[in-house]
Amino acid sequence: MNWAEFFNMGGHAFNVWGSYILAFVILGLNIWLPLRKYRAQQRKIRQQHETAS
Amino acid sequence: MIFQKYAAPKYFYPLAGKCLPWFGTLAILTICAGLYLGLFVAPPDYQQGETVRIMFIHVPAAWMSMFIYAMMAGAAAIGLVWKIKLTDTFITASAAIGASFTLLALLTGSLWGKPMWGAWWVWDARLTSELILLFLYLGFMSLHSAIDDPRRASRAGAILLLIGVINLPVIHYSVEWWNTLHQPTSVARIDGPRIHSSILTPLLIMAVAFKLFYVSVVLIRMRSSILDNEADSRWLQEQGA
Repeated sequence: MNWAEFFNMGGHAFNVWGSYILAFVILGLNIWLPLRKYRAQQRKIRQQHETAS
Repeated sequence: MIFQKYAAPKYFYPLAGKCLPWFGTLAILTICAGLYLGLFVAPPDYQQGETVRIMFIHVPAAWMSMFIYAMMAGAAAIGLVWKIKLTDTFITASAAIGASFTLLALLTGSLWGKPMWGAWWVWDARLTSELILLFLYLGFMSLHSAIDDPRRASRAGAILLLIGVINLPVIHYSVEWWNTLHQPTSVARIDGPRIHSSILTPLLIMAVAFKLFYVSVVLIRMRSSILDNEADSRWLQEQGA
């Protein structure tokens, strides 16, 4: 198997890679957005902790 | 009872923090393994050619859409009976992930349907019932956020989820009850799966990977929502995040 054939996916590159890209984007947003919020919360609490002590 | 102890945010929060790296690491490893087997090792199907690789996303996503809904409905029932606050945290953390997997199943199904059936969308039983599942998720999310009082919001949401459970067997059996373009069940059968191991293995690994991904995201979102609700609690201020 060569790479050109691999990316062509038997002529269905749009459908096959489209599915994998959609999965990447949808799962990526699902991890990125909550993680961003969570990290910001933790930073805030750590700062409060430092100013309090 | 140990379960009741860990249902308290004070104990659940650190427990979730300890579990999170394990689930996250396992999720990444299984996703890599599933992608490798699905894209490089699995052979093209003799009828569907390379488009069969859409299955490794489509089928696990569709399973997740139903699995997450079932988990939410189960938690809703427990929450209604035993009035455990953590169930609502779990349900609201799950909803967006469940809706995402439903959307992913519908979109990848569309990308698969076009070359195989010649249509992006048909109003058949399987596709329509899965679309209804998406509306159930979105309906739950908007209902829950529309009610200000948290206890009333979780009660109303729980009732909506429990009524919507009827849609799950409809989705599963839709391919048997109605004439449909969608292919019948070939994995979760009483007489065993009907597909070759070179295709079945990456499919099952992706299914496990999506479950681990779900658990990881739910743990993050639950910790986040505990931080929102318990910002002034003493245990959080003593323990730190």
